[in-house]
Amino acid sequence: MTEHLLEVCDLSVEFHTAGGTVKAVQDVSWHLDRGETLAILGESGSGKSVSASAIMNLIDMPPGRITSGRILLNGADMLKMTAEERRRINGARIAMIFQDPLAHLNPVYTVGWQIAEMMTTHGTPAAEARERALALLKRVGIPEPAEAMAKYPHQFSGGQRQRLMIAMALAFKPDILIADEPTTALDVTVQAQVLALLEELQAETGMGLLLITHDLGVVAEIADRVVVMNSGRIVETGNAAEVYSNPQHPYTKKLIGAAPGKGAMPAERDRGGEPLLRVERLSKHYGAFHALKGVSFTIMPGETVAVVGESGSGKSTLARALLRLEEPSGGQAFYKGRDLVTMPPKDLFGLRREIQMVFQDPTQSLNPRMSVYQLISEAWAIHPEILPRARWRARVAELLTKVGLDPGMAQRYPHQFSGGQRQRIAIARALALEPRLIVCDEAVSALDVSIQAQVIALLEGLRREFGLSYLFIAHDLPVVRDFADRVIVMKEGEIVEEGTVRQIFNAPHEPYTRALLAASLDPDPEVQARRREARLAEGLLTA
Amino acid sequence: MKKFIGKRAVASAISLVGLVIMVFFLSRLTGDPTDLYLPVDASLQAREQFREINGLNDPLMVQFGRYVADLAVLDFGNSIRRSRPAIDVVLEGFAWTLWLACVTMLLVTFAAIVIGSLAAFRVGGIFDRIATFFSLVGASAPDFWIAIVAIVVFAVNLRWLPTSGTGTIWHWVLPVSVLFIRPFGLILQVVRGSMIGVLSSAYVKTARAKGVRNRPIIFVHGLRNGMLPVITVIGDQAAGILNGAVIVETIFGFPGIGKLMIDSILQRDFNVVLAAIMVSALAIFLMNLLIDLAYALLDPRIRY
Repeated sequence: MTEHLLEVCDLSVEFHTAGGTVKAVQDVSWHLDRGETLAILGESGSGKSVSASAIMNLIDMPPGRITSGRILLNGADMLKMTAEERRRINGARIAMIFQDPLAHLNPVYTVGWQIAEMMTTHGTPAAEARERALALLKRVGIPEPAEAMAKYPHQFSGGQRQRLMIAMALAFKPDILIADEPTTALDVTVQAQVLALLEELQAETGMGLLLITHDLGVVAEIADRVVVMNSGRIVETGNAAEVYSNPQHPYTKKLIGAAPGKGAMPAERDRGGEPLLRVERLSKHYGAFHALKGVSFTIMPGETVAVVGESGSGKSTLARALLRLEEPSGGQAFYKGRDLVTMPPKDLFGLRREIQMVFQDPTQSLNPRMSVYQLISEAWAIHPEILPRARWRARVAELLTKVGLDPGMAQRYPHQFSGGQRQRIAIARALALEPRLIVCDEAVSALDVSIQAQVIALLEGLRREFGLSYLFIAHDLPVVRDFADRVIVMKEGEIVEEGTVRQIFNAPHEPYTRALLAASLDPDPEVQARRREARLAEGLLTA
Repeated sequence: MKKFIGKRAVASAISLVGLVIMVFFLSRLTGDPTDLYLPVDASLQAREQFREINGLNDPLMVQFGRYVADLAVLDFGNSIRRSRPAIDVVLEGFAWTLWLACVTMLLVTFAAIVIGSLAAFRVGGIFDRIATFFSLVGASAPDFWIAIVAIVVFAVNLRWLPTSGTGTIWHWVLPVSVLFIRPFGLILQVVRGSMIGVLSSAYVKTARAKGVRNRPIIFVHGLRNGMLPVITVIGDQAAGILNGAVIVETIFGFPGIGKLMIDSILQRDFNVVLAAIMVSALAIFLMNLLIDLAYALLDPRIRY
């Protein structure tokens, strides 16, 4: 038997909770070799992160328990090692980076200290550690590295923070780097840069890269081999391109089928007649900072207008200013001919029911102490003219059915639902007021792809049935391509390009739009390989 | 920063003025000191003279005006009882209390942080049980009872420690121990709760993935983050002692500001009462400022 750099054999992990024993992973086996990139692909709850946590000794025991298996590092079983031996491996031979680097960096210590600590922990003298930390910051492309040493994590952007994590992880040029959803919270262009950096560093050090992700696009971009996980078991494993082009397991087929961005783009619509919403030179300032610099556009009845752009482009500010959750600094927004911006609060109250909002995180936007019935019917308590109390119960059941939930669930509380179900509840709540326009602020971003596809289908169905219009704010371009009629591209508070989906995706005019599209990842490894060649030729991403 | 301190000072000064007005008039309601200080059979003339000397004959508003005018030049008046400046009497007592508060709070803070952190690291372990025991005792046993029982056991029966007064280090043991229990139980619980949250945070996971040892994970990565809510409670408890650990000081005959205040109220020594209140108000203002500064020092995201 050939010896692999890292080999996980028949690993099973359980968690003992008040609700019973949860088998997080069962009989999971995979291996990683030097210089190779292995992706573990799965949706939330698939157990894709558990084997990595077991490797890093990060599973809390109790409640966790490793019931069987071996983890071999160069042939030595890590599960038989002492805690001290495991500690010496962590960071030095196997390093790990995580999703959400802001939460994973200690907020009260400087980044220089945190990177140096990686080395001092394993015996490097402090002065040498600081020197090497500075060199690492330079290597991962942090501007003004000497000043950056004394700064705190909150003083960096999201992409820079992930670079800081990478700098820290690479301090000892480890044999293995585990990256747990390293680019999930990042903008597409930043994601492309971070992935490119990881590849570069891998080529430089020859490390094995274990990538944990839910994103087929990331797999297509960077992985050599892929392990597909579902409900704690490996359902398929193989060469990344082969698995994509010829999936064997029904789950893999379903996952690939659900990936957005492949359907036919919607046909051109007739935009004659009176627009439902006409926004003119809407602006919002925070002190000297102009978050929104005079934005103008229209939405027709029954139309879906997507707003795309990177974080900080003013997308969410636009939504909040339109709903007057934040007072706009200037401009107008005519809804059915009446200006929302100058409307007195009393009239606005009546109009609010026609414009509803669905937020990104249903866990936070649903009050955890209210049952689904209370959450949905609250709308009628506020706007009693819509529905007499006697009909509330029947209508809640009707709405739940409409969004694909069992009406019998009305008495349950949000925590008893999955993320996708919660977002359906949030949509049902928005529908309760019989709105004409729904503003979706990253409404499907937090959902797994298969759930995302279902929610998009639901929104599309509701549009056809009720003639709803959507203002669909998103950073994920493939979803926009499938769902929207028109696309507005925003950058630094301004609209840089606007057009139909076909126009934007097939023939973008602006360099910024082209860069966004180029950085967006296609789930097909072959398409992605072609794009990479094109990018390298253009030198677009030599970060 | 300076602006922040200035704003705080103004706000505190306003409440201090209100406090002085209230205490000045309320204390006058307790009666005439003359009846307390002169013998029952003192002559009317002697009583009149006593009132004249201490300015008690003038209308209340005149007395108040004079008090405020003196205060403007930092003259707090004389103690009737001790016939010397009230502020001197108060500062002497305050110094004792300050020592008592510092010693107690240092011990409490150190013990609560170490035991609370270790309790949070191993929930259900030995340190966690200590934490539960002390917080139960601290919350349920009244300190006057503990003080008296402690005197009976350690001073009267075992004769290990003096019953009251000051002088040697042994005199401090009982008052400090009794004062220790309640804040210790409370702060221990806050440290434990805060640290449980912090130790399950993402950045602690990162530290473990870096191979950092357990001790620096708890006391370097965890503690500095976990201290933020703790500081507020430490300040609150320290203010409680500074304000006069009245019961404990009285039981142990400890000459601090708490005992002084009680004595002065009973003796209708108005100037001492007022000076004591102003000194402790100032101390509490300074302490709150210190807490805010500690916040900013611990967490770089907080700037005033």
